[in-house]
Amino acid sequence: MATIDTAAHAPAAAARRRPVHLLWGLAASGAALAVVVFLGLALGARSIPLDVVIDALVEPRAGDNDHLVVRELRLPRTVIGVAVGAALGLCGAILQGTTRNPIADPGLLGLNAGASLAVVGAITWLGIASPAGVVWFAFAGTAAAAVVVYGISALGGAGGEPMRLALVGAAVAAAATSLTTVVLLTDLETLERYRFWVVGSLAGRELDTLVALSPFLIAGVLISIGIGRALDAIALGDDLATGLGQRLDRARWSSAAAVILLCGTATAIAGPIAFVGLAAPHLARRITGPEHRWILAYSAVFGAIMLVAADVVGRIAGGPGEIEAGLVVAMFGGPVMIWVVRSARPGRR
Amino acid sequence: MSARGAAVGGGIARGARRARLRRAHRVELALVVLVLGIAALSLSLGAYAIPPADVLRTLLGDGTGREEFVVLELRLPRLTLGVLVGAALGMSGEIFQSVLRNPLASPDIIGVTVGASVAAVLALLVLGLGGVAVSAAAFGGALIVAAAIYLLAWRDGVSGARFVLIGVAVAFMAHAVLGYLLTRADIRDAQTALVWMVGSLSGAGWDEIVVVAVSLAVLVPAALVLCVPLRALELGDDTARGLGVRAQGARLGLIAVAVALAAVGTAAAGPVAFVAFVAGPIARRLVGSGPALVPAALVGMAVVTGADLLALHLLPGGIQVPVGIVTGLIGAPYLLWLLATTGRGEAR
Repeated sequence: MATIDTAAHAPAAAARRRPVHLLWGLAASGAALAVVVFLGLALGARSIPLDVVIDALVEPRAGDNDHLVVRELRLPRTVIGVAVGAALGLCGAILQGTTRNPIADPGLLGLNAGASLAVVGAITWLGIASPAGVVWFAFAGTAAAAVVVYGISALGGAGGEPMRLALVGAAVAAAATSLTTVVLLTDLETLERYRFWVVGSLAGRELDTLVALSPFLIAGVLISIGIGRALDAIALGDDLATGLGQRLDRARWSSAAAVILLCGTATAIAGPIAFVGLAAPHLARRITGPEHRWILAYSAVFGAIMLVAADVVGRIAGGPGEIEAGLVVAMFGGPVMIWVVRSARPGRR
Repeated sequence: MSARGAAVGGGIARGARRARLRRAHRVELALVVLVLGIAALSLSLGAYAIPPADVLRTLLGDGTGREEFVVLELRLPRLTLGVLVGAALGMSGEIFQSVLRNPLASPDIIGVTVGASVAAVLALLVLGLGGVAVSAAAFGGALIVAAAIYLLAWRDGVSGARFVLIGVAVAFMAHAVLGYLLTRADIRDAQTALVWMVGSLSGAGWDEIVVVAVSLAVLVPAALVLCVPLRALELGDDTARGLGVRAQGARLGLIAVAVALAAVGTAAAGPVAFVAFVAGPIARRLVGSGPALVPAALVGMAVVTGADLLALHLLPGGIQVPVGIVTGLIGAPYLLWLLATTGRGEAR
C-alpha cells in the first residue's frame, strides 16, 4: 500500500507542486507572519518605533512606559492571536477535508453555536461575564456540539458521510442558535454581555488562559500533523479510499478530536471568531494544490497572519475605541476571499 | 443492448418514476392535512377560544361580531401570512440547495437573507425607520446582495461551487456589519433589531398579505415551470448539457426566482430562522430523492404555522415569542431525527 501515493491521484489533479517550492513558500509565509507580529507589537493607539519594540523584548527597562505597553499589553494579545488564528486555520482545513465541503467551517457546522449556547447559559444562570470566566463553558459547548454532530451523523451509517456531517452540523447550529435567541430575547442583561463576546476579540484576553488551554492546543496540533494522508484519502471519495486500505472511521474520529481541541481552544479564548476557518484553507489550497499535509501547514500560518493583522487594523481604525478582530477579519477578509475564489482556475475549488 | 432490453430498462425507469410520484403525492397530501390541522388549531385557540365548528361558520360569514373580529381580524391574517412566508422561504431554500447542489447553500447561509437583515437593521437603528420602510429596506437588501453575489461569481458563466463560496464570504461580511451595528447600538434598540432578525408574524395586516400573495402567485408557477430541467441540472453541468439543458440559463432563471421568493418572505416577516434551510432536506427525505419544490413549500408552511402556534401558546403566563425562535426548535430537531433514522446512501 505504501507504494501508492494517494495524493497524486487526488481528484483536483492539479500538477503537484515541488516540495522544495512549497517549503520555500512556507518559509516566506512564516516571514510574513513575523512581520505582522512585529506590527502587532508596534502599532496601536500609540505607535512605538521598531527599535524600542526590540529593546522591550530583549532588554526591558522597568518603568519605561513603552516597554510596559509592549510587554504587558501587546505581546500577550499578539501571542494569543497567533495561537488562535493558527488553531482556526487548522480546524477549518480539517473540517473542509473531512466533509469534502468547501464551505465547511466551525460556524456553519454548529460548533460556535454550541459554544454560544453554553456561554449564554453561564452568563444567565451562573452570572459569569468576564472573558476569562466563560472560557471553560465555551470549550465544553464546542466539544458537546462536536460530539452531537459527529454522533448523530454516525447513526444509521458508520462514521458519517461527508454530506450528512455538513447537514447535521448546520441543523445542530439551527437548534442551538434558536435556544440561544430565546434566552437573549427574554433577558436583556445577558444580551448586553453576550453581544460583545459573540463577535470575537483579542482585547483583554490573558496569557494565563492560553497557558491553561495549551495542552489541548498542542494535542490538537499533534493530531493534525498526523492526519494529512487520511484527509487526502477522504478527498478521493469513500469507496476509493476504502479500496486503498484507508481506515476512514479512524480518520474521521481523529479529525473530530482535532477539531474539538483546536476550535474549542480558539473559541474559549477569543470567542467565536468567524471567517478565519473558512478562508485560510482556501488561500492555502491555492498555493499548495491538493495535498493536505501542506494545506494544513499553510492554513495554520495564514490563519495566524489573518487574525493578528485583523487585530492590528481594528486597533488603528477604531478611532477612540477599537473594532473587534472578529469583525475586522470578516470585513477585510471577505473581499480577499472573493478574489481568491474568482481567480481560481475552473475545475479547482 | 438489444431493443427489447432497452424497452425493459425504460419500463423499469418509468415504473420507478411513477412510484416516486405516488410517494410524492402521498407526502404532499399528508402535509396539506397537517397544515389544515395547524390552521384549525391556530384559529380556535387563544385567550378567547372558539370551537372549530364556530370558526368554520365565522369564515363562511355567519359569525357573531366578536367572533368575526377575533377570527378575521386577529388570527386569520397572522395564519395567512405564516402560510405564505413559509411557502416562499421553503421553496426558495429548496431551489437554492438543488441548483447549487449543496445542502448548506440555502439563502440564510449564503448571505441573501443576511443582506436583508443588514438593510433592515440599518433602517431600524441608524435611520430610525419602522413598519413598511423596514420591509422595503429588507427586500432591497436581499436583492442587492443576491445581485452582488451573482455578479462577483460570474466568470464565463457561474459555477455552483463559486457561487456558494462567494455567497458565504458575502454572508460573513454582512454578519460582521450586523455585529458592528448591534454592539454599538443602545441595548434596547439592539433587542428590537434582534426581534426583527429572528422573524415575527405579529402585526400582520391584509395589505401586506395581498402584496405577498400576488408576488407568490407569479413566482411559484414560474418556479414550477423553470424547475422541469432541475433534475438534469442535479446530475452536473456536463451531463445536463449532454441532455440538451442550457445549464446557465436554467440556473440563472431559477436562482432569480428563488431570490425573489426569499426577498418577499423576508420583507414580510423578517428572515424567519432556518425555514429555508430545513424545508428542503426534510422534504427530500420524505419524498425520497430529487428536487421537491412543492413538498418543500408545504414543509415550510407547516414549520412556520406550527412554530407560530407554539410561539403563541407554549410559554406559561401568556408570554408570546417571535415565530423565528421556534422554527429552529421544531425544524432542526426533526431534520436531525430524519438524518439519524434514514440510512446512508439516501443522503441528500
